[in-house]
Amino acid sequence: MSFLGKYISNVFGAIRSLWKGMKLTGYYFTHHKEIITQQYPDNKDTLLLPERFRGEVVMPHDENNEHACTGCTACELACPNGTIKIITKFDIAPDGRKKKAIDTFVYHLELCTMCNLCIEACPTDAIKMAQTFEHSVFDRNELTKKLNKPGSRIREGIE
Amino acid sequence: MLSFENISNAIHNWLYHSFSPTTALWLEFVLVAVCVISLFSFLGLVLILMERKVSAWMQVRLGPNRVGPKGMFQTVADTLKLIVKESMTPDGADKLLFNLAPFIVMIIAMMLMAPFMFARGFQIWDINIGVLFFTAVSSISVIGILMAGWASNNKYSLLGAMRSGAQIVSYELSAGLSILCIIVLTGSLRISDIIASQENGWWIFKGHIPVIIAFVTFIIAVTAETNRAPFDMAEAESELTAGFHTEYSGMKFALFFLAEYINIFIVCALGATLFLGGWMPLHVGHWQGFNHIMDYIPSSIWFFGKTFFLVFVIMWFRWTFPRLRIDQLLNLEWKYLLPISMVNLLLVTLMAILGWHF
Amino acid sequence: MYRKTEIIKEPTVNDSGDMIINIGPQHPATHGVLHLVITLNGETIKKVEPHLGYIHRSIEKMCESLSYRQFIYVTSRMDYLSSHINNHGCALCVEKGMQIEVPARAQVIRVLMDELTRIASHTLWWGAMAMDVGALTPFFLAFREREMINDIMEETCGARLTMNYMVPGGIMVDLHPTFQRKVKEFIVHFKSKIDEYDDLVTDNIIFKNRTVNVGVISKEDAISYGLTGPPARASGVSCDIRKIYPYEVYRTLQFEEIIETAGDSFARYLVRMKEMRQSLSIIEQLIDNIPEGDFQAKTKAVLKLPKGEFYSRVETARGEFGVYIVSEGGTTPYRIKFRSPGFSTLSALDHMARGSKIGDLVAIMGTLDFVIPDIDR
Repeated sequence: MSFLGKYISNVFGAIRSLWKGMKLTGYYFTHHKEIITQQYPDNKDTLLLPERFRGEVVMPHDENNEHACTGCTACELACPNGTIKIITKFDIAPDGRKKKAIDTFVYHLELCTMCNLCIEACPTDAIKMAQTFEHSVFDRNELTKKLNKPGSRIREGIE
Repeated sequence: MLSFENISNAIHNWLYHSFSPTTALWLEFVLVAVCVISLFSFLGLVLILMERKVSAWMQVRLGPNRVGPKGMFQTVADTLKLIVKESMTPDGADKLLFNLAPFIVMIIAMMLMAPFMFARGFQIWDINIGVLFFTAVSSISVIGILMAGWASNNKYSLLGAMRSGAQIVSYELSAGLSILCIIVLTGSLRISDIIASQENGWWIFKGHIPVIIAFVTFIIAVTAETNRAPFDMAEAESELTAGFHTEYSGMKFALFFLAEYINIFIVCALGATLFLGGWMPLHVGHWQGFNHIMDYIPSSIWFFGKTFFLVFVIMWFRWTFPRLRIDQLLNLEWKYLLPISMVNLLLVTLMAILGWHF
Repeated sequence: MYRKTEIIKEPTVNDSGDMIINIGPQHPATHGVLHLVITLNGETIKKVEPHLGYIHRSIEKMCESLSYRQFIYVTSRMDYLSSHINNHGCALCVEKGMQIEVPARAQVIRVLMDELTRIASHTLWWGAMAMDVGALTPFFLAFREREMINDIMEETCGARLTMNYMVPGGIMVDLHPTFQRKVKEFIVHFKSKIDEYDDLVTDNIIFKNRTVNVGVISKEDAISYGLTGPPARASGVSCDIRKIYPYEVYRTLQFEEIIETAGDSFARYLVRMKEMRQSLSIIEQLIDNIPEGDFQAKTKAVLKLPKGEFYSRVETARGEFGVYIVSEGGTTPYRIKFRSPGFSTLSALDHMARGSKIGDLVAIMGTLDFVIPDIDR
């Protein structure tokens, strides 16, 4: 008799445990406000990424087309992958002295792992991370970027 | 009044009136074939969409919502994609069996449509052994699966097919025993008789607890018979990649997929016919007004409503439960379902002899 | 033109008549590129032979050419689910060598992030494990909770998976102002949802049947195979690095080391489920008590470890993670060795899976929680 009792209680225990799970999925089936799907390309306008999100390295320029990069290559040294290459030149300052400045700030997006070490290393906050994340292009060459805009100069007072 | 019964009778009379009986019979064959095939493809599309929506809502997702209004044409688009895809046959496969298997599975699913009564007086073939026909033919489908698994020349497929063989053969027993319960109560194998016997109440209400137990056993057994999760041993995606249809692609794969869903529909239709009264509307005792309103709902809606409710229950199982292991699957059948349904059959027989049911 | 290629016929059965079957490198159960060659007798497993190397990126060799600030980010790519804890281990090792005192604020934030990472890793494991045994819904429920943690991480660290938030001497940037509020929201949310996890999977009779007495490993075997983390604790081995060799502020925290004794898949499952609750209580203890102060110690621009050998260990979501640095006194390590928990866990797979069914193998692999890049490095 105890065997039969155990058998029956086994069966009912099993059914109860199964019903508990079914109740949960049944709840989600009927409560559509729990749905968490984000319909990505549709919500592009409302999709706000946090300001710290690391999408790609950019160099902010102000309205006079001036940036803060001195060409010290600290970022180039900090980068683990050789993502950044800085080509320097010598500018003639107004007082006639030769002054080191950047010619091209080459940034290889395809090598970048967004580790943020270059931004940490930069002494003048000349580069920062942008919140873009759609990086796909049709030609790989487009991933090699020049960060300083043509004709840009270093801002006054930054050494 | 426009009903399936009147339409089919009108067509029948017109055919026999305008043509010789032989021609009329052949024309009816063609008509029925066209109807079955279109119902087949329509059901496939609807059921797959339903499964995707049900699963999505249970999984706090939205599900298909891009193609057509509310994603209604998603399965149509998927089917088009599968049609234009290449149907590969692996090099080491047994070509004949490999290409034959999906058709066997599908033809059997189509044959199973014959004895069902989709609405009042709307039936393809009112055969006097309707339920027996169903149990007999449905067990052939395992041959198609075994064929697919063997002919693929793939170890995963073979394992899946063997699992499926063991599973379907064992679960047929308890499915058959729970069907027998109703046959004992009705005393007839004919589907129309079984439905007619439920005019004053469905068997699930009339038959006390034993019939409810039979109903539960039936649902579990047919879930296993159609290779649905939690009994999807034959596919067992995380174990055997895709089981018996690992090597299939394109339309041949689509036929397996379609046949799976049609099989679900068919077993649910059988469950609805046997336990939930087929097309019979819901009547409650002496509530004349209520019964009258229920009679206004067309019989086809009753039938499809009940069937889709059972389909939903089977989908509910799938998206809630983990999969059983193959030995536990057989344990469940031989240690639990079979003894329970045997004792249950005895009880039902006793009930039928003593006339304890309503 | 289509040309018929010669097919190499590999033997499908070995000499004793057993079937040999490849699980992986592309297989839904291996969660990556693990390749298992299993010998089957019917459905019963006679031998499991893991083949490695499909995702070997020679991270240890790569680290030898990177400076002590740079090499930390690479370790995120090993056990990507507990990338934060990996970084923590590396940072600890460098700090030990340089004898840098980490500010109290940084220590607390590090531990907070570690525990958040642990919960994120365990929730993903829970979903993936349930998917392995055939239930598909838990995966999406798990991702809902994990998404909240990822959002918190994204806001403070700037990335969702490979955060690279640790630097030698502290953390890279200070907490985001909304961090505390969001974590508290998460705690409230997660506490209600973890009970749903139990309803859906833990109590489920089918799941219990699939895991109880499956893949049993005894305490002695667990020690001799070098298991660490939840798999070892499920066999009754006390091996929580946070308790035995406490680092950062773990010494002052109230939490239990979860130990089960059954040693089967269900015990491993329970250990992880309880660990999630413990991590939650650690976060609760810390979230209101983040001390003010610096988040980063003052360090030199170029780090040079003194000549010698340094070892530090942390408890990742999968077990003990060890960092062993040999320094010649230069700016880059002379040799680095990582002790990853997954590798030794994988070595015990054969022992656990012998004699069980294919379905069991998948359940065992699910509870062992493999991250393949962690095994291969």
